[in-house]
Amino acid sequence: MKRAGLRTQLFNPMQSLKVSSLVLSAALVAALFTGCKKDKDATPTGAGTVDIEFEHTVGDVDLDLTKSKAAYKTAAGDSFRVTRFIYYVSNVQFNKADGSSYKVPNSYFLVNEANAITKHLALADIPTGNYNSLTFTIGVDSARNVSGAQTGALDASNGMFWSWNDGYIFMKLDGKTPPLTAGAPEGGLVFHIGGFRKPYSTIRTVTLPMPSGVLLSVLSDHSPELHLKADILKVFNGPNPISFTNRTGYTRVIDTMNGANPGPNSVAVANNYANPAAGMFSIEHVHAN
Amino acid sequence: MPFSRCLFLLLVLLAGCGLPDVAVAPVQTVPGTGQPRNFPAMRYALAGNPPDAATFALGRRLFYDPRLSSDSTVSCGSCHQQFAAFAQAGHRFSHGVAGRLGSRNAPALQNLRWKQSLLWDGGASNLETMPLAPLTNPDEMDETLPHLLAKLNRDAEYRRQFAAIYGPGAIDSYRFLRALAQFTASFTSANARYDHYVRGEAGGVLDAAELRGLALVRQHCQPCHATDLFSDDSFRNNGLDRRFPRDSGRAHITRDGRDAGRFAVPSLRNVALTAPYMHDGRFATLPLAVAHYAGGVQPSLTLDPALRRPDGTLGIALSAQEQADIVAFLSTLTDADFGRDPRLAEPR
Repeated sequence: MKRAGLRTQLFNPMQSLKVSSLVLSAALVAALFTGCKKDKDATPTGAGTVDIEFEHTVGDVDLDLTKSKAAYKTAAGDSFRVTRFIYYVSNVQFNKADGSSYKVPNSYFLVNEANAITKHLALADIPTGNYNSLTFTIGVDSARNVSGAQTGALDASNGMFWSWNDGYIFMKLDGKTPPLTAGAPEGGLVFHIGGFRKPYSTIRTVTLPMPSGVLLSVLSDHSPELHLKADILKVFNGPNPISFTNRTGYTRVIDTMNGANPGPNSVAVANNYANPAAGMFSIEHVHAN
Repeated sequence: MPFSRCLFLLLVLLAGCGLPDVAVAPVQTVPGTGQPRNFPAMRYALAGNPPDAATFALGRRLFYDPRLSSDSTVSCGSCHQQFAAFAQAGHRFSHGVAGRLGSRNAPALQNLRWKQSLLWDGGASNLETMPLAPLTNPDEMDETLPHLLAKLNRDAEYRRQFAAIYGPGAIDSYRFLRALAQFTASFTSANARYDHYVRGEAGGVLDAAELRGLALVRQHCQPCHATDLFSDDSFRNNGLDRRFPRDSGRAHITRDGRDAGRFAVPSLRNVALTAPYMHDGRFATLPLAVAHYAGGVQPSLTLDPALRRPDGTLGIALSAQEQADIVAFLSTLTDADFGRDPRLAEPR
């Protein structure tokens, strides 16, 4: 326990009410000891929790899997709708301005637009302090791609594991696009991005700064919330703009635009959504709570 | 101390007391857990999935259960037969569900603890997740993992067996794959006559032709069929074809043209049992497979350098007598104990 936590309890009675008396008395005892120390620069050693909420958008519009036909438009002007959006977030790390950081151990999450619970990550035991950025991997590190049978987010039965050329599918973005010729059925969009072997590794790690002037303050007695936005348009835009009508470089499977399987197509898409300058993910806002 | 070991000690103590023999079940042992003296260190180490008799028995049941396929007609054991070193005897390609044919010869399953990658193109990196490839391949078992797990969870005996090992809770992919791996990891073959010869054990006698064959194998074959595993676990183009339109092998995985026509170097162990030969089973007999290296090697950009002689000719210069000697030696790599170990057989 640390002084920062105690201060909040003392000056914010509403917060204190939420804390059980046992924890409170433990905090007070700890605070008494801490208070006796002369070293005013003692680093807080407690821990708190952080919630991360994912919001999926298409540009500025909320993603809606139930939208029919030409719901959205890419920057290139192609219409499309989305039927599935799933991706891995792993190796979550909180960074401070002084260059130090805290990596959340064993952090593997599968975020699925169709399953609201998965869009909420509850991270416990984050050391207290002020963090100015968040780092995570979009996908799964190479070691875990070859570690055999696994559980939880990495369970092979989640439908995110390739068996014939093994490894995890890091992101699945499926959808439909209007037919190239009038009267034909809709074309399919199949972006299954994965691959961990060089030269076609699509493991991408992004670092997202907190919004300007804001720090993520982790305290022992509240749960700040980070709201992350994932903008699907960025999958199709960036260093490798993707057009659904000019499908050069992509396998045509009937009228399907198929970016699946490890290879150069997957790499191009990953370089779009993990573009350091303007990638898919950004921190929208922080609730201090 | 585990119950089984207590029981064993108790039996030993009782035996020491000179009591008459009693009818007891044999002490269960998991085969293939030893480190043969002439093998390198295991890659799939014992500690990662510690062998125990109950899990091994469960893995064995899974391996031979046709319900693992979509129409419950094909088990792992259908295409991997014990008497053929867990290859399929006499089949270029194996039949999957509904009589569908695959495009590659079912490889022998042996000494899998020592392998860096699996499948002819090395597309599987871990013994535990490798079965997902044949389980989900439409031409093989054509099943989905969720559907397969649902079937297992509907079976009371499987539920009981899994719970006894892993505790309460549904049978999930982790438990399923770990149990199956306990069985496939047990396929250690290290008791051929050749092994007794190199380890200086009883029965390790090679005749003159076999000894000549051994010398030839060491000279000409062991750059690729290296160590006493008789494979260096690499991918090589052994000159079967000039072009690879139907199956590019390793390049299918790496998308690298330099890997076109390269396939995993198979072990020569038990090779006399695993006909037909090569990734597509094109050679029906062992003499034909050996003759390929002497006179059948085809040129291509990715042909292995070991099969190019300094004068530009291809293959390995081997007289008819030398080829016969090599075939004679290869029969000393047959491990009869492995082929008939009742612990590895289909449970009755």
